[in-house]
Amino acid sequence: MTDVLIDGSLVGTVSDGKTFVQDLITSRRAGKISAQVNILYNEKEENVSIDFGRNRIRRPLIVVKNGTSLLTPELIKDLKDKKIKWFDLIKRGVIEYLDALEEESTLVALKEEDITNEHTHLEINPISIFSVNVSLVPYPNYNQSSRLARGQKNQKQGAGIYALNFLNRLDTNMNLLHYPQTPMVRSFTQDIFGDSLVGGQNIVIAVLNYGGYNMEDAIVINRASIDRGLFRSTHYRPYTTEKLRYAGGQVDEIGIPPKDTQSYTLEEDYRFLGEGGLIYPEVDVTGGDVLIGKTSPPRFLSHLESFSMTANIRKDTSIRVKYGEKGTVSKVFLTESGEGNPLVRVEVRENRLPEVGDKFASRHGQKGIIGMIANPEDVPFTASGIQPDIIFSPFGMRRMTVSQILETLGGKVGAMAGRFVDGSGFQSEDVDNLRTELLDLGFREDGTETLYDGRTGRLYNARIFVGNTFYMRLKYQVTDKLQARARGRVALLTRQPTAGKAMEGGLRFGEMEKETLVGHGASLLMKERFDSDKTVTYVCERCGDIAVRDHYKNKLTCLSCGDKAKASPIEVSYAFKLFLDELKSMGIRPRLILREKYKS
Amino acid sequence: MADIEWIKTKLPTIIEDKVKKTGANKNKVIERYKKMQLDPGEAVGIIAAQSLGEPGTQMTMRTFHFAGVAELNVTLGLPRIIEVLDARKEPATPTMSIYLKKPHNTNKHKAEQIANKIKQVTLEEVTSEFELDLMTLTLKIKLDSDLLKKHSITVKQLVDSLESQISGFELSEKRGILNISTDSKDVKKVYKMKEKIRSMYVSGISGITHVLPVMTDSEYVIKTFGSNLKEVFQISEIDFTRTTTNNLCEIEKVLGIEAVREAIVFEISNVLEGEGLPVDIRHILLIADTMCYGGEMQGVTRHGITGSKQSVLARASFEIPLKHLVDASIFGEEDRLTSVVENIMINQPIPVGTGLPELIVKMRKKIAPDKKKKAVKKK
Ligand SMILES: [Zn+2]
Repeated sequence: MTDVLIDGSLVGTVSDGKTFVQDLITSRRAGKISAQVNILYNEKEENVSIDFGRNRIRRPLIVVKNGTSLLTPELIKDLKDKKIKWFDLIKRGVIEYLDALEEESTLVALKEEDITNEHTHLEINPISIFSVNVSLVPYPNYNQSSRLARGQKNQKQGAGIYALNFLNRLDTNMNLLHYPQTPMVRSFTQDIFGDSLVGGQNIVIAVLNYGGYNMEDAIVINRASIDRGLFRSTHYRPYTTEKLRYAGGQVDEIGIPPKDTQSYTLEEDYRFLGEGGLIYPEVDVTGGDVLIGKTSPPRFLSHLESFSMTANIRKDTSIRVKYGEKGTVSKVFLTESGEGNPLVRVEVRENRLPEVGDKFASRHGQKGIIGMIANPEDVPFTASGIQPDIIFSPFGMRRMTVSQILETLGGKVGAMAGRFVDGSGFQSEDVDNLRTELLDLGFREDGTETLYDGRTGRLYNARIFVGNTFYMRLKYQVTDKLQARARGRVALLTRQPTAGKAMEGGLRFGEMEKETLVGHGASLLMKERFDSDKTVTYVCERCGDIAVRDHYKNKLTCLSCGDKAKASPIEVSYAFKLFLDELKSMGIRPRLILREKYKS
Repeated sequence: MADIEWIKTKLPTIIEDKVKKTGANKNKVIERYKKMQLDPGEAVGIIAAQSLGEPGTQMTMRTFHFAGVAELNVTLGLPRIIEVLDARKEPATPTMSIYLKKPHNTNKHKAEQIANKIKQVTLEEVTSEFELDLMTLTLKIKLDSDLLKKHSITVKQLVDSLESQISGFELSEKRGILNISTDSKDVKKVYKMKEKIRSMYVSGISGITHVLPVMTDSEYVIKTFGSNLKEVFQISEIDFTRTTTNNLCEIEKVLGIEAVREAIVFEISNVLEGEGLPVDIRHILLIADTMCYGGEMQGVTRHGITGSKQSVLARASFEIPLKHLVDASIFGEEDRLTSVVENIMINQPIPVGTGLPELIVKMRKKIAPDKKKKAVKKK
């Protein structure tokens, strides 16, 4: 007896599970029951699972019967002649969709010539074992799988044109490549998904060391290429604000804030605002400049203030350009939010040239940052005068990305012959043919060239591999990350430096860094390092409390000893003083016992 | 352990001996020895911690935490180091290496015999039937004479060892059947005893659940799962100078604090070497010394070394600050700010390295300008 489960719940039993399932599948292929039903006979657990619920990922496969594919050449011809359609194939049971459950009982052949009597299905195309992104990698079947996973991840981060209506959109962190190109060595899936949304350029690379500036994963880029527009991109950042309504009839005001507004900064910061409080397009702005002038009512009203007529108690909540950023205002939008409040959006654009520290990657999981922008006269050149755009380190070859070598070779053929090269997985152009074609084009068949060092003019002893590769400029750019500070903002509570780039913060000299200094016995260096919040405070030696300055008498007094206090200055970190105050709030009274350090 | 006086008197002669044997330059040896000594104020604790912490981070990545022969799994890697440093009462996998005395250690048969003698035998392993008579509230246990012979246990021994473990019950033996009865009318109690008595140990050494004689190099060593150092030492055939356990608390109880110190050093360096991450033994020695100098083993935990720090602020900065601060305020503790952590907290130079030496200049009384000449003359 075999249990029958429909969508996971037991409905009954059948005497022979195997034939029952075979019957079901035959009737499904004959169109008697819905093609969306998937069935599995589990021999081990003696049950039959029939699933037709939602949320099953299913994929199409060609049915194989007695060692032959049901998709015959005649059917393919009919398809080409548009006599039949895809859905006719499903109706005829030539193609069926399987879910993860039914796949358990199948043996799928990758290619038609692999089919044996045991196979039950055939892949429509071998490349469909990959995801959409992986299928875009050229020559994927030559690679270790983890490199493919990394390569497809990099493709998602490449700057390019991500949507054709980008001029009408306001996305956060929009990065547009100026001259996107379609890859020269490509998978046929690229044509299916479209040429317009690509994120890179076909460039010339040389696999070569360049004075250590491309060590580890760094790349050296040719300044002449950048000057001619290679990998230039525009970065857009939107700034948004909404005119909110508060309880008690208070509203935000958009306009130039009056000078007596709370937290009003320099007058200069507001210089670009028009009468309505909005900036106008095509203004060059830098960090701190006000884009949208706005004032808000105070959050808490004290009794005195609410009756005062003279003082302006509104707060300046203007939207400013982020600290450390600059750009040009490209669009100003005035619209309405979902709640019906006026909504202002200002988009700031910035032209970004490639610079040292920007991240680049090919489609094979080979990513790296620019280590040097080499002057064109110093860049190596071939006998025919070709200079590489990027010098790729031979060190990267240890990752065994054979696909990248093949792409570079194919790219060279494509560039010289003026055609696209097919690099689709499992059905790519034969490498030997590419080599002979390269030979016919007047190059060495292995893609190497004789190179001269631009710095010395000397010939390189080795022949250098040069070719064309599709490279992408990834969205990670140094300008978004670089930060440094000597002195600056501190947190109000602890008086220690703020954290994070947006806050003008410092880099934390943390616990483990502290220990290295202790380990070296660099005691005074460490004291200096932690001096950021040092304060001089007065302590009453009589009772050990922190003393207070009585401004009226201009005298240091102690709250518990009064005039008898004997206050002495000590230098401690403000965080410690705060800690003492916190102890007091816990009901613990800490006392500081002072003693002359150098009294014998 | 040699004490300082011993070193002071013996060291010159040791150096002399070595120099004679190797023909080295004596002055160079002494110079090198002095050069290798630590400078005052060297932060040995931090350096030891970093030296052990760095391989520790690598070990978490390489998860290779168990090793052993067949079913004898032994905790290794980071979990074991944490176990040792925390001075846990019972390791996760207690195990012993039992060495045998001279004539027995190469005899396979004898080694197996001793191994069987050591292995704990529970009542269940020598019985064929358990029966509970609910009318009379007696447990009837049928002993299997073959199994008894196999474990070389006489019925009398069995009865003796069981009697001490079942208080409140009467035990009698009749023709290979044990009768266990009680005066109380509590069925539950008898029922519980029925379950409990199965796992009661009747012979061998309690706690040692598996034994495995292993041939190492040139002799048989009995590896065990479960540890009972005190009882194993009672067996005359074993070599108690080499027999050891990985249960540090047992070593402390049986062999004393110096033995634990050695054991800590051995266990830590054993794990590190096994991972291919050797650490200079001096760092481990320092940690072992710190754990043992108080006379009893202390773990590097809030209950152990860290908890016994003198400074309130240092303790509070480690774990459960609230408890330490409140306790300190109740007892009116005073923090003299003599160590590292406290001084970092209040941002003062720490008494380590360059912060350790202090220069104190004794000032003479203030000399008035007109008396200056006199003072100079006087000198
Ligand atoms: Zn006072």
